[in-house]
Formats: sequence, C-alpha cells, structure tokens
Amino acid sequence: MSETTPAKPEVTPVDFQYASSLEATDLVQIDDSYGLWINGTSRSPASKRYFPTINPATEEPLARIAEANERDVDRAVKAARKAADSWRKTPGRERAKYLYRIARMIQERAREFAVLETLDGGKPIKESRDVDIPLVAAYFFYYAGWADKLEYAFPGSKPAPLGVAGQVIPWNFPLLMMSWKVAPALATGNTVVLKPAETTSLTALAFARLTAEAGLPPGVFNVITGAGSTGAALVAHPGIDKVAFTGSTAVGKAIQRSIAGSKKHLTLELGGKAPHVVFDDAPIDQAIEGVINGIFFNQGHVCCAGSRLLVQESIADHSVDKLKRRLDTLRVGDPLDKNTDVGAINSEAQLDKITELVDVGIEEGAGIYQPECELPDRGYFFKPTLFTGVSQSHRIAQEEIFGPVLSIMSFRTPAEAIEKANNTPYGLSAGVWTSKGSRILWMADRLKAGVVWANTYNKFDPASPFGGYQESGFGREGGKHGLLPYLSGVR
Amino acid sequence: MTVARRSDSISKVSAPATIQDTSPILGQSVTRKSLEAYLRATPSVDEVAADERAAALATRSIKRESKMYALELTIRMMDLTTLEGMDTPGKITQLASKAIRPDPTDSTIPSVAALCVYPNMVPIAAEALEGTDIHLAAVASYFPSGQAPLAVRVADTQWAQQAGADEIDMVIDRGAFLSGDFVKVYDDIIAVKEACGTAHLKVILETGELATYDNVRKASMLAMAAGADFIKTSTGKVSPASTRPVTLVMLEAIRDFEAMTGFRIGMKSAGGIRTAKDAIRYLVLVSETMGSEWMTPRMFRFGASSLLNDVLMQIRWLRSGVYQNPDYFTKD
Repeated sequence: MSETTPAKPEVTPVDFQYASSLEATDLVQIDDSYGLWINGTSRSPASKRYFPTINPATEEPLARIAEANERDVDRAVKAARKAADSWRKTPGRERAKYLYRIARMIQERAREFAVLETLDGGKPIKESRDVDIPLVAAYFFYYAGWADKLEYAFPGSKPAPLGVAGQVIPWNFPLLMMSWKVAPALATGNTVVLKPAETTSLTALAFARLTAEAGLPPGVFNVITGAGSTGAALVAHPGIDKVAFTGSTAVGKAIQRSIAGSKKHLTLELGGKAPHVVFDDAPIDQAIEGVINGIFFNQGHVCCAGSRLLVQESIADHSVDKLKRRLDTLRVGDPLDKNTDVGAINSEAQLDKITELVDVGIEEGAGIYQPECELPDRGYFFKPTLFTGVSQSHRIAQEEIFGPVLSIMSFRTPAEAIEKANNTPYGLSAGVWTSKGSRILWMADRLKAGVVWANTYNKFDPASPFGGYQESGFGREGGKHGLLPYLSGVR
Repeated sequence: MTVARRSDSISKVSAPATIQDTSPILGQSVTRKSLEAYLRATPSVDEVAADERAAALATRSIKRESKMYALELTIRMMDLTTLEGMDTPGKITQLASKAIRPDPTDSTIPSVAALCVYPNMVPIAAEALEGTDIHLAAVASYFPSGQAPLAVRVADTQWAQQAGADEIDMVIDRGAFLSGDFVKVYDDIIAVKEACGTAHLKVILETGELATYDNVRKASMLAMAAGADFIKTSTGKVSPASTRPVTLVMLEAIRDFEAMTGFRIGMKSAGGIRTAKDAIRYLVLVSETMGSEWMTPRMFRFGASSLLNDVLMQIRWLRSGVYQNPDYFTKD
C-alpha cells in the first residue's frame, strides 16, 4: 500500500471489436446450372431458358436456374398425378418412414443447408443455422408422426388425400416455408409440385436431391423453378387439386381470381402489418429485446414481423431511448459472419421497395432514426430504421414494408391499443408485453390476428398452427390444423 | 495489447479508492415509505426472455485478436480470490505472487486487478502486494451470511479497511430483503459504506438466495441507491453463484440507475466462472449491454480463482498453436 507507484493517466477503454468469424462455405457444392426436378430426376427445361440466381450480399452470380414454362409445368403436374395413385395407397406408416428419413438427413446435413440458404438468400448464418434449418427438420419429424394417425387426428371421419398439391413459396424462409407445406402434404398422401421463389431456388433443389437419396418414389415431389408466370401456370393447371401459397397479398388475390369456379382447394398465407403492443407494466428490457427481434429478425423479411410498435404513452420516450440504444448495437453486414445480426436484403427490387417506403415516411413527417453503422460496399443492405411520431394515416403505418423498418406509435388505454392494433386490412400476428396475465387474455380475445404472442415474439413450433385473418389469408399451417387443407372427408 | 500493467486500472495515487462520488441518493436515512416508492419504479423482469437474451449473446464467435484482447482483459479485470477456512499466510503470499505475475515465464501477461481475501489475511496480503498496483479486497461485514449484529459487521469492515484493504466486498442481509425489510438492508449498506472510509465498496446481493430476477433487479436498485460503488452477484458460497442472465439483469439495473442519477456503478460477477470461454461470454454481455466504457477493470470485475489458469492456457494456445500440459501453469 505504498505511494511509490507513479500516477498513470486514465486511458479510454478500447471497443471490444469482434474479428470476422466467417462460416466456411466448402461444405456446399453449387452446380453451374440447375434443371427442373421432375419425376425424381433433374431435367432440362422445355423452355430452354435459364435465369441467374445471385448472392444478395455480394451481387455475384451463384448459378443458372431453369425457367419452367407451361409445358414444363404440365410435365411436372403429370408426373405428380401419376405418382399420386400409388402414394395415396402407400400405408401411412410407410410414408412416415420416408419423412422421418428426410428429417434425419436434414439434421445430418444441417450446416450445408444453412450455408446454402445464407448464400442464396442473404439471411445471417446465425439465423439459418439456429432457426431455419432446425425448424425444417422439426416440421418433417412432426408431420411424419401424423402420417399413420390421421384417423385418430379426426375421429369418426375417413380422411383421404386430395391428390396433387401445387405449392408456391416465398423467398424469406425458403426451406422453412417449403417444409410447412411439403411435410403435411406428403404425410397426408398427396404428391407435390413446388415452385420456390425465383431469387431463392437453390435450397429447394438441394432438398429435391435429398429426397431422391432418401428413396422417395419418383414423382411424389417435384420442383419447377421460375418467376411469377411459372407460378401462375402451376396454379392455373387443371391437374392440380390444391393450391397452397405463401407470399404477397396482391398475388394471393390474383390466385383467388385465377382458380375461382374450379374445384381447387386453397390456403393463403399472405402479408401482415403486425402490431406489437407494449404496456407500461411490461418487463421493459425484455420487451425492447422482443421488439428488436420482432422487426429485425431476418432483416424484417417476415410476414409476421412486428412492424408497428404500439407503446403506452407514459413510457414512450423512455422506450424509444432504449430502442435506439439497442439499435446501435445491431451488427449489420456479411451474412456469413457468425456475429452478424442483420444480413442482406434479399434482392435489389426489395431494397428499392424498402427505400421508397422509407422516403415516403420521411416525406410524411415521421422522425427517422438509423444507427451509425457502415454498410458493405457491395450487396443489398439497409440500415435498421426506426420511425417515431408515426400516425395511423401514414403509409408506413399501413403498408407492409417487409424490411428492417419499425413504425412507432403510442396509445393511452387498452381499448385504444386494440383499436389501433386492429386498424389494418391485415391480421396475421400480434405481440403483447405486460406483466398482467389477465390483460394478456383480454388483449388476445380482442386482437384480430391468427397468432398472438405474449411476452415473446417470433416463436414457431411445428405443433402450433399459424395463419391469418382478413387480407393476411386463410387456412392454417402447422399443428393438427395443418393437416386439414390436404385432406378430404374430414368433418 | 501486451503491456503488463494497463493504466486504466484504478490508480491508488491519483484518486481515492472510491472511483466515483457515489452517495446514497435517498439520503442517509430513509423511511419505509420513500424507499418503497423508489423501488416501486423498478420494472419487472421476464425470466424466460432474459435467459433467452443471455443465451443468444453466448453464440457470439470471438476469435484471434479479439479473443486475445478478451483474455488479457479478463486477467486485468480479475479479483483473484481465496476464501477458505484453511487459508494460511503461506497460501496468501503465494497467491499474491500469482496475482502480480500470473505467468512467471511470460512478463507480458498483465497483473490481476485485485487480490480478494478474508479480513484476517489482509495484513499478510498487504505486505505481499506492497509496491504494486494491485488492489486488496477484503470480504467483510460478516461474510458470507451477514447474519450478525450490525455493530459486528461494521467493526469487521473497519478492521479490514484499517489493516490495508482498499476494496470492501460486503454482503447484504438477504433475510431482511426477503422479509420485505428494505430499510434495514439500506441502512446496513450506509453503515458499512461509512465504515469503509476511502475504500471502495462492492455490495454482494447473493443472487442465488434472492431466487427471482425481479428480486435481483430490486436489490440492485436498492444497493445502488444506498451508495454501492459496485454491485456483485455472489459470495461463491451459495449455488447457483453468478450466471450470465443474472449479470445481464444487474447490468440493466446499472444502466437505468445511470440514466436516472448520473452515477456510474460497477459490476462484479463472482463464483462459478471457471473457463476462459465462459469469461469471454461475460465480456460480450457487458460490452453489448453497457458499451465500451464498461470494458475496463474500473467498471467490471470477475471474482474467480481457477479461471486464471484456464485463461493463461488459452493465451499460450493462441500464441503457440498448441495446448500446454496444465502442469506448466502454477497452482497457488
């Protein structure tokens, strides 16, 4: 305790920088070009046309993908039709074996699928590794379990498959949205023609090869790739018994028009503008975390993203301060870096749409906040964004932005929270943060949303049904409910 | 990065041991009413979501130069601790020499922040640390239970401080806290703080006995209001000791307290932190919750004993690419 040590000047502590920690990509083999997956094998398209798929984080091309025209769609549907007869007669426990095998193989090759999903779609490896791919396996395991128990799922009825399902999926969770549709369809004895989104076809095509390795009979699962016209041709094909679509509300409406008057069954999972309601008695630090997760998960490319924050006025300023502070710590950048929280916007078109709507928000007079973070020179990136002082009448409070943009509004009473939360043509999901159990139930009763999360957000489980109200679509995916859209004869 | 002693440790000469001018924000004497009104503003904590946040931060991948930075910082933030009934002068002298020079073969390894001992051992430790920058922390106020009359706890503290401790780690009366007697907890801290004189006060909440995160958050706000310089998770004598979610909850309380009063309170996580990997996860938690200003031994400490050798082993591995036999690291 002597005084011999000289006084030293205080230095400012250095930032705890994280050295880049890139996930290896050598596990993944990407071909130069991909054909269509029809009848258990890869086929060149009749159209003879290919389109490029790029890595949105670098803008570099990854592969060329076959563009299916009407003839290709017809081939795929015919293959599925042909396989449907024997597949429907395959005992449930045999169908289950294939699904269990597929689930296990996805687990075994999880890292490969995660890297491919990140390369092709731009989502952070942290999410494809910890959320997407584990859930894909979980959905296959779950529906494998139902395959031989359909009569017990719906006692007193004789469930039978519909036939051929045409499934059109979006680019935000390519493999996960595929599993939500393919697993119940195969479990119930339907065959499938799948059309992935044109910017994210690679994992569906890799999955198609996996089904062949799993020994799935040819024709049971087919993939046709292409843009909107391919999807339209699939939906319009007379050989389809059931259409399942996840995507934008505009396309959902077009599909409804296209199949009107036909006997095709339909489920739609469309857009959303989910309210995230935070009361003054909420566990505030966890609520802030939930709000951040609700809107910045997968760059906000989530149909159930909590894009409208409704915060009680008494804690609004305090909450916005906390949100801004938290926003500053989000790590935006290379999706392959294991420490990246917010990755690349999926496509240039989507980036343009987000930019346009954010410009509108500024013009409308909302206060914008973006952290001072550096974006990569190449690739499609957008800074996490908050809008304060937003009114119900602003476009950013009404339209789905589908990007990392949160609109913040306040309310005074629970009744006002409900009024504002429900004041949207959508109704997919909602979040509530409060310490009062009774208030959670009161809110859940009144919120017009297919899913209400209480004191959490963006939680998915294969046993839990998911789907919307109003312009967010109809029909449920997941759980026992997720079997219904693929069955006839169920009371 | 490899300087043996960093100047951001608390300088004993240039400033008094209390690193900032903390003072009881509610005054020297509180009424039950005013204290309860203050504590009522403490937000609740959702346990599931807090655990989830801590777990999410544990997936950060810290490599190469950032890992080296974190490992050296861990040493500089460490309160190297021995709190055994069988502690002897010999043991303390040996540990002091380890604290000064953790790796005798490598002079670039920094010293630890402090040596943490029982009051009885303070004179011996003070002698062993003489002439160094290393702080001397004593656990006082009837550690670890705190179940003694206040006069005894105050005397314990005073004795340790006068014997040469410049940091005091006190325990709160958990029984009083759990029974709702917050005024007693507050008054105890005030009394011990006064007994500390110029020594720097760390208040141990013993979070393993408080059981809920709501209690942890409330006890944090209480201790800070009473003038704690640091709040600390655990004595190390109760399981569970420090966990990452508990540390997160306390850091969030510290963050709110600063926003409310302007006082910047330090954090010490102690007990159960044995591996370098775990320590790095704590640093990620501190950095992402509090920002870079907390990445210094002035604001964050680890209370640990076996952690040091694992950190040394990891540093050796980073430098040489091979793991050394544990016998190459001294066991003191």
